[in-house]
Amino acid sequence: MMANLPFVVVGLLFLMGLIAIIAENNLFKIAIGVGVMESAANMFLVVLGYRLKGDIPVKFLPGPVDVYVLPTPQALTLTAIVIALATSALMLSLIVMLYRHYGTLDVREIRRLRG
Amino acid sequence: MSWSVHLPALMLAVPLFGAFSTPIVALGGRRARMIWSVLISSVLLVLSFCLLQYVATEGTAVYVMGGKAWNLTLPSGMAYPVRIILEVDSFNSFIAVIGCFASLAGVLFGLRFLDRFSGKVWYSSLYFLLTAGMLGLILTGDLFNFFVFLEIASVSSFGLIAYWRDRPESIEASFKYMLVSQVAAMMVLLAIGFLYGRYNLLNMAAVGKVIQFGLAEKVALVFMITALAMKCGAFPMHMWMPDAYAEAPASVTVLLVVVSQASLVGLCRIVFSVFGSAIVGDVVPWALITLGMISMFFGVSMAVVQHEVKRLMGYHSVSQVGYMLMAFGVGLLAMGDPRQMADFGMTSMKGGIFHMVNYVTYKGLLFLVAGALYYVTGTRDLDKMGGLAKRMPFTTFMFVIAAAAISGIPPFNGFVSKLLIYESSFAVHPALSVVALVTSILTLASFVKVFQTAFLGPEKKEFSKVKEVPASMVLGMAVLTVVILGLSLFPTWVVSHLVEPAATALVDKGAYIGAVLGGGI
Repeated sequence: MMANLPFVVVGLLFLMGLIAIIAENNLFKIAIGVGVMESAANMFLVVLGYRLKGDIPVKFLPGPVDVYVLPTPQALTLTAIVIALATSALMLSLIVMLYRHYGTLDVREIRRLRG
Repeated sequence: MSWSVHLPALMLAVPLFGAFSTPIVALGGRRARMIWSVLISSVLLVLSFCLLQYVATEGTAVYVMGGKAWNLTLPSGMAYPVRIILEVDSFNSFIAVIGCFASLAGVLFGLRFLDRFSGKVWYSSLYFLLTAGMLGLILTGDLFNFFVFLEIASVSSFGLIAYWRDRPESIEASFKYMLVSQVAAMMVLLAIGFLYGRYNLLNMAAVGKVIQFGLAEKVALVFMITALAMKCGAFPMHMWMPDAYAEAPASVTVLLVVVSQASLVGLCRIVFSVFGSAIVGDVVPWALITLGMISMFFGVSMAVVQHEVKRLMGYHSVSQVGYMLMAFGVGLLAMGDPRQMADFGMTSMKGGIFHMVNYVTYKGLLFLVAGALYYVTGTRDLDKMGGLAKRMPFTTFMFVIAAAAISGIPPFNGFVSKLLIYESSFAVHPALSVVALVTSILTLASFVKVFQTAFLGPEKKEFSKVKEVPASMVLGMAVLTVVILGLSLFPTWVVSHLVEPAATALVDKGAYIGAVLGGGI
């Protein structure tokens, strides 16, 4: 059970993010929801690469190591984090612009595009 | 070693170079920027033709990024590929050529269309970044690389949809698209995680070789299909599409159309080349067929009632994507049985691929025409337009061609691909082709409405002084018109020399895997 705990957390985080995107009305809370989803996906990748009692994948000091943690998922996560940074920045700037146009952060009032 | 082996990498390097060099070249003035943009996209078009030629003569092209040699897919005797590998076969090279045509048309159209607005340097930069993202999605053979290009295409399109940032609607459309894209991208990332966790592999061919259909794979497949259906605008997840297509400048919308097709290419790759015969059971094919049918019907029925010309066309995109999903679903349904495959499966795949190509050409042209109407009248509301046919003869001519093609009127290219889809879906169930036919008729009805209200009828007083759009915009539309006419006039040649090899490459999982791993399945 303990070994599966991280995956349960990932699933919960992903669902929480999705629910925030669907159910929240405040634009910033929606943006946070997207961020939570991104964290869940990244955590999933990192957890996948973990090996029980594994050492860090890139080691500068010599020493006896039996098991290494997989490096590829960590590299993937780094890339995904950088991309998520770009999209979050863009998302926040769009929110600021929406606020300027509409004077509110409530999605129920930001609805000029219909049908 | 000939330079042509580097073509797959050049297809990504040229637009990326264009994206980052444009701001520097633009220091030389407006003219320099314009010439540079046209030059980059023309070079890209020539390269895509060379790649198509190379693949047709030499077989599947493989390019190992950052390897010691361009074709060393398994370095130092490793059992599986470790680097990012581009895999180009008859299917994706064909789609890439059409994507490059659309990109060139958009660049030419955008030169004068955006002349009265500011921020054109960054527009050009993002435009080429979007082109690079689109081509990357089409050409890559690596799952994580696919995700990265998906995000490159998404980020640049967020910026481009919000180009008119003083319009609240543009920002709203961009935000809506961003939410859908981000959810889709995270689902793709999770799906990649599931496959990686199971096989320790990221290369599509390598995963395809060892894949077994267990629980993790099922979850990955559901995530992938949902996410990519969101990105290509299938029905329940389509709400971003009319908004984003309507609010983006017309020259960008052309490229967005290709990006939605690039997501569909990714969907086909996952379904046919990675999973392939593992999922020929009824559930996945019928899911695709149902998704396609609903998209087709609801898309077009919402389009008929629209009053804004670009929104109307945006809803048509939903219905056109439905045709392709249905065709690929029928192809997948027949895949398990060689006799069914010969009977109607192959026809359906050909219809689906040909429809993808046709859709990019005529839908791109229709959006450019809508842009031209906006350019001269300053409005997108159909009720305010009228009698423009006399004032804009070239635009009218090209609109009629595109409208006839999308409605499936013979002898245009839309007719050929739709006929293939009707024929093959009839073999599965007559109801499928009935829905497709009704959709086609409603499409015709809505474009007759556009033609009647915007181009015919009495001339409106306020438009008595309008003139045809500038030459470069006409040229941009003409590029796509020529492609439509070419595909329409020589359908037999196109189907047998371009579409059929593409369909064969897509369903032949063994050849795709063999290109990277050598031995096939």
